Amino acid sequence: MSDIKKIKDEYLDKLSGDLNIENVNKIKTELFGKNGTISNLFKKLGSMESSERKNFASDLNLAKEELQEKLNNKFQEIENKEINSKLKNEKVDVTLPERDINQGKIHPVSQVIDEISSIFSEIGFSVEEGPDVEKEYYNFTALNTPDNHPARDMHDTFYLDDNKELLLRTHTSPVQVRTMLKGKPPFKIIAPGRTYRSDSDQTHSPMFHQVEGLHIDKDINMGHLKGCLNYFIKSFFEVDKIKMRFRPSHFPFTEPSAEVDIGYELKNGKIVIGEGNKWLEILGCGMVHPNVLKNVNVNPDKYQGYAFGIGIDRLGMLKYGINDLRAFFETDYRWLNHFGFDPLDVPSNYRGLSR
Amino acid sequence: MKFTIPWLKEHLETKYKDNKIIEKLTDIGLEVESFGNVISEIDSFKIAKIINVEQHPNADRLKVCDVDVGQESTVKVVCGAPNARKDLLTVYAGPGSIIPKNKMKLAVSKIRGVTSYGMLCSESELNISEESEGITELKQAKYSNQIGKAFFKGTSTKIVDLSITPNRPDCLGIRGIARDLAAAGTGKLKKISSKKIKKNSSQNIKVSIVKDKNQGCTMFGSCLIKGVSNKESPKWLKDKIESLGQKSISSIVDITNYIMIDLNRPLHAYDADKIDKEIIVRNSKKGETFEALDNKEYQLEDDMCVISDKSGILGLGGIIGGTRTGTEFSTKNILLESAYFNPRSIRKTSKILNLDTDAKFRFERGIDPKSIELGLTKAAELITEICGGKISKFDVQKIKKDTKSKIIFKISLFEKIAGFKINENEIIKILNNLGFKIIKKKYELELTIPTWRPDITQTIDIVEEIVRIKGYDNIKTIEPEKIRIKDTLNKKQKLFHFLQRSVASKGYCETITWSFTDSKINQLFKEKYKEIKIVNPISSDLDVLRNSIFPNLMFYIKKNLDRGFKDISLFEIGPIFEGNEPGQQLTVIGAIKSGKISRLNWNEKNRLVDVFDAKKDLIQTLVEAGYDKNSFFIRDKSPSYYHPGKSGSLYLDKDDLEPVAYFGEIHPNILKKLDIKTEALVILEIYLDHLKDNKLKLKDQKSNFEYSDYQKSERDFAFVVDKNIKVQDLINIITSTDKELIKSVKVFDVYEGENIPLEKKSIALNVTIQSSKKTLNDSDLESINNLIIKTVENKTGAKIRS
Repeated sequence: MSDIKKIKDEYLDKLSGDLNIENVNKIKTELFGKNGTISNLFKKLGSMESSERKNFASDLNLAKEELQEKLNNKFQEIENKEINSKLKNEKVDVTLPERDINQGKIHPVSQVIDEISSIFSEIGFSVEEGPDVEKEYYNFTALNTPDNHPARDMHDTFYLDDNKELLLRTHTSPVQVRTMLKGKPPFKIIAPGRTYRSDSDQTHSPMFHQVEGLHIDKDINMGHLKGCLNYFIKSFFEVDKIKMRFRPSHFPFTEPSAEVDIGYELKNGKIVIGEGNKWLEILGCGMVHPNVLKNVNVNPDKYQGYAFGIGIDRLGMLKYGINDLRAFFETDYRWLNHFGFDPLDVPSNYRGLSR
Repeated sequence: MKFTIPWLKEHLETKYKDNKIIEKLTDIGLEVESFGNVISEIDSFKIAKIINVEQHPNADRLKVCDVDVGQESTVKVVCGAPNARKDLLTVYAGPGSIIPKNKMKLAVSKIRGVTSYGMLCSESELNISEESEGITELKQAKYSNQIGKAFFKGTSTKIVDLSITPNRPDCLGIRGIARDLAAAGTGKLKKISSKKIKKNSSQNIKVSIVKDKNQGCTMFGSCLIKGVSNKESPKWLKDKIESLGQKSISSIVDITNYIMIDLNRPLHAYDADKIDKEIIVRNSKKGETFEALDNKEYQLEDDMCVISDKSGILGLGGIIGGTRTGTEFSTKNILLESAYFNPRSIRKTSKILNLDTDAKFRFERGIDPKSIELGLTKAAELITEICGGKISKFDVQKIKKDTKSKIIFKISLFEKIAGFKINENEIIKILNNLGFKIIKKKYELELTIPTWRPDITQTIDIVEEIVRIKGYDNIKTIEPEKIRIKDTLNKKQKLFHFLQRSVASKGYCETITWSFTDSKINQLFKEKYKEIKIVNPISSDLDVLRNSIFPNLMFYIKKNLDRGFKDISLFEIGPIFEGNEPGQQLTVIGAIKSGKISRLNWNEKNRLVDVFDAKKDLIQTLVEAGYDKNSFFIRDKSPSYYHPGKSGSLYLDKDDLEPVAYFGEIHPNILKKLDIKTEALVILEIYLDHLKDNKLKLKDQKSNFEYSDYQKSERDFAFVVDKNIKVQDLINIITSTDKELIKSVKVFDVYEGENIPLEKKSIALNVTIQSSKKTLNDSDLESINNLIIKTVENKTGAKIRS
């Protein structure tokens, strides 16, 4: 008995020292090899008296377990040490720059179009499109703007033929005409797109973007128009309250017609929407003129509704603090990177319009 | 439309303050563009102080003065006045000023070698006295704290500038504006006061309207005033005309202008002695000419409405008069014209001649046909009052009978459109104040439309009048319903948005450029399309619709390269044009990438962008959009602006007739022609209209999930093939030897050069083989191995490399 304890204590002591892997293997052989000390003690068991054997075996097994565990721990310890010292030599300077990032961007006009579509989607509008090249009829005549109408002077039109039959659309309103001609009421659409006027200076670009809106049903009145635009403006500018002013105006294709101003103030040279006592005109709208409805085979005694047209570029400028309209279309790489949006930043109802 | 508040108050009795009136104007649809002081010519005369006086170096009698005119620094003025001295307060006129006495316009000028900025004025030069000896001397006590302020006072009447919409010609006259304000409760419209004028003599110049086809003049009123003495206008009239920033010319001209602004009643005065016998209103004949009051000679087309006499044309009716019968200060007898011209005719003529005048602007929008006599009366009254003379009886020629326009207005229509209710009496009151004659019936009003409102033709116009005057504030806000009956986007639109963001996510910056471009650049990219010219381009280098998305992208990448950027990735998604008819357009993505990958990177080797960068971005984009890469087919054909050896076209399927995309390096000639300096430039383009949309919804596209857990094996092959053999074909041959077992083929090396014959190349491929039924044993693998080698060798003439 004291033999076992002696051996155990001796080896536990040995294993506590600072050993390398060879030393530990040697100890393992000394203890558990073919002629190892512990192995030999097990061999003695067979020749023992049964009374003696029980206790001896029990002590021996305990000693064996204890030593084995100690050995395993020692092995683990040495292994860890070796890995750690190896990893120490593999250290790199993680402050070195990463591999190149190529971040693409979405143009502010595209982002704003997606925001607009998302807002109107929630109140049941669907998106329609029309051609950039239009016939004079769709752009003017069908919209109650006959050739002799002075309102035509307000649109500086690009023409594609000498007879002035073909032109670049001056507004998105011809999409109203095309949509109503090919379908049956009710209509509830928006139509964003490129529009063109031969006007070029600091605040005018010969190409710009508009979104048209059209809602025709049996009992759509000016209250619905006001409600729709109020909802849109609040959602778009992501404010709870908006100061909005409806002003009588005139468009040949709507009657009554209105222009809408929103309230703003200047804070540190930046426009803050929804506060203050300055007014900014942002859109034109009205009840679709019965003549237009007649032109597209919709019975104005049965159906009525509103239409509106909003300048997209201008909305984007106001929301994102962009000063210069012309810069939108000048492809300055610095500008695109500065005002562009991450492609994963998709405006939607559920995750919100913008970050 | 410009006017002043005092002038408005000649028609409107009101207690409202100016700013309330201004607010109300906008509220009723007469948008106020501005309300403020005009900077008039006389504002440029300033109270000034001479700070220092020096002798002019080259002239004994001249002095050089440093003058404080209230600006940061003093100005140098050369002056010959004996009384010019230090600390004198006087009147300074800056460059651009017009000296009241001699109407001379000042400019910065050199006087004997010294530059003089403006002038110090004498009292006589300012027309305030006869004193011409020396410059004006102002009293210290009164003026010493007013340096820099305008010398002339009381000229700063505030001007209201309205933007009148084309439907409201009546508000091009101050009375019309007053009427609208009165209807909206901002006061009371005053009655037009009229003195009885004596009309004794007869109008003995014969007037006739020829009944030509589409005669533009339907009524011509006239009156002869004999024995006038035309002169400068009296102060009140001059002030009125000048207060609107217009020039006073003579009493007669000023009176006609005054009545035009006051009542929107254009008039024309002829020197009656210069009229050859009679007035004939007729259509012009092509080739006729006349000299107009703007001193230009106009060559007329057929059928323009002209006023003529026996010798020829006197003027274009309702647009502009002619010089031959213009009034002058010496004019003794005048013929006044007050007529009605058809808007359509006016518009047509002025468009052809490119002529824009105040009268044209008004007649084009529609003048009150009933105002002919009122105009004559008012003008005759003022002319005899100011210039004397005897008035003839009025002569009014008509070729059309008066018609009264009536509308039956169903009262309930108002609420149906406006969405709110107002009571019947209020409706009647509003319409009454606007000048409607009303007969009340049950549920309806029979309305006679005022003759000054040509814009009102149907019941909806009446709704607008009522809601406008009542105020848009009264319209309720009805919250929109959140119900959707139709998808927001259709499949095409969804694809558009997906591809747009997919391309951007590959590192490309989206740009938007104009749909038109420079024909010289477009030329290089237009391929089979015909050039689409813009008849009236904004400038000669934006003269065609783009046939391709690249002309603009090339133009702008050059600009960015010139700014010093090297590695640029740009794209645009938008229309290109095949023809000039609606719908002849395609939606295209064009992307462009220049420079290097991993430029100046510490651990990556840099390399130029190449065709396979473009191909990778293209294929990844299409795969992300849901197209099956396994059926893509590449051909080495591409448009002429691509490098012929380093570009290709992509078909969604081998059997498709049209490619959906192109990719590759740009043709070096393009870079040369456009003077683009870059190390490398690749482009890709995707034609959205050629992309078939997947008919299945995503939920129906997913097939059953099948996989194999049996061991897979990889085998490497190297084939020596003819150089013209395409790797795409090689892979297809290998894959189709056993579609069951061959799971993938990868190309890991392409080699030409030493040990390989000149016209050959070596392709090394790695093939993954796996069965879904069992673990393949050595002999299975051996046989598929041999099959691959045999098939490839047979079909391509390749040799396996050992």
